[in-house]
Amino acid sequence: MENIHLDLPLDEKTVRSLRAGDAVTLSGSIITGRDAAHKRLVDLIDQGKELPVDLNGQAIYYVGPAPASPGHAVGSAGPTTSYRMDVYTPKLLDLGLRAMIGKGLRSKEVVESMKKNGAVYFGAVGGAAALISRSIIASEVIAYPDLGAEAIHRFTIKDFPVIVIIDSEGNNLYESGPKLYKKTAL
Amino acid sequence: MRNIQANQITKSISELFTQCSYIIGDDIKDSIDTALKIEPSPIGRNTLLQISQNYDIAARERIAICQDTGMSVVFVELGQDVHIEGGQFEEAIQQGVREAYLHGYLRKSIVAEPLFERVNTKDNTPAVIHTRIVPGDKLKLTAVAKGFGSENMSALKMLVPADGIEGVKRFVLETVERAGPNPCPPIVVGLGIGGTFEQAALMAKEATALPLSRSNENPKYKQLEEELLTRINELGVGPGGTGGLTTALKVHIIYAPTHIAGLPVAVNICCHAARHASQIL
Repeated sequence: MENIHLDLPLDEKTVRSLRAGDAVTLSGSIITGRDAAHKRLVDLIDQGKELPVDLNGQAIYYVGPAPASPGHAVGSAGPTTSYRMDVYTPKLLDLGLRAMIGKGLRSKEVVESMKKNGAVYFGAVGGAAALISRSIIASEVIAYPDLGAEAIHRFTIKDFPVIVIIDSEGNNLYESGPKLYKKTAL
Repeated sequence: MRNIQANQITKSISELFTQCSYIIGDDIKDSIDTALKIEPSPIGRNTLLQISQNYDIAARERIAICQDTGMSVVFVELGQDVHIEGGQFEEAIQQGVREAYLHGYLRKSIVAEPLFERVNTKDNTPAVIHTRIVPGDKLKLTAVAKGFGSENMSALKMLVPADGIEGVKRFVLETVERAGPNPCPPIVVGLGIGGTFEQAALMAKEATALPLSRSNENPKYKQLEEELLTRINELGVGPGGTGGLTTALKVHIIYAPTHIAGLPVAVNICCHAARHASQIL
């Protein structure tokens, strides 16, 4: 497969040029966050308070890494299922969140917000966590250390492999892909 | 009567969870490598290739196959002529889980209470333990590390007898199609058919931990396993859910007698990283 290499952060023009099905490798800086961190961020947004991390132009990776063994920046670190973040995501996109990396379906509300804000949803391979961890070269906790694996980390990544699942026009590989191979109606 | 020391149980459980978290079964690895040769979707092949390479890296470097090292489930077959000494049986299992997750660089994913506080127990305990008393003087322990991406896509339905075979098929296919990319396909599908509400779920979980080479001994159920596998793969979900012909590696059915009014069906979905290991003491 042809591969597009992108350096982070991503600007809106670059994001709007990506299409569902594109294979991409990412390098640069991303933040992590999953269920508990999303809940805290959105609680702060709802209260009009300042966030511990600037989301504008950021890419977020839905992951709760395993502990790092000696000599490694992180333990195994594959994507977690994204739909659990859907209820929070539009509020983060409105603050300028540019890209999300996860796996699995997204809600209509998230897709609409992505179109409006110019954001992209990348999929990483679920369960390829040891392989993926090799493209994470540095990790630090930047917020909510009490959450352990669920804390917000900053990862430095190099050639991190993803596929564009939903692009900024709302094209969705999880809909178009299976249609090509589906043989029978239920 | 045969004596087994509690600390032997702890040691065995610790080794089983560590081993299954790092090293995928040969049956799964072979099945993925076979699928790689026949999967027509280029993105799907790329996903299968990453999955296969991931198994190799995890085994070689002794790190977790998946960061979600699961909720620990233990199936126990306890021979009735076994006497356990030197500690309490279930605590010996919990201690084994604790040691595996604390020392094996495995993620601790368990919260002590599900609804209000959700505070992490920090050692992946408690494990869920299912014990059967069986004839003999052996103790068989099966460790299952169950990730929740796939657990969340599982479903149980109390069908009625009139729903019949077609009703079972429809429920299974709907459950797998609705799950789509979420449970990390290619998946292993465990079905529990019959019994009671809770027995169906338990059989489905046990079915996810059977070797891929196993088929149901009853030819009718074996045929149903094969038909469901074919039809699931015809859904087009594919590796990672991005389209393709490799959606499931296997459908396993375990069935049990049930009530004249009922047809319980449980679908327990397991991701491709179907992590389980057994030892007989």
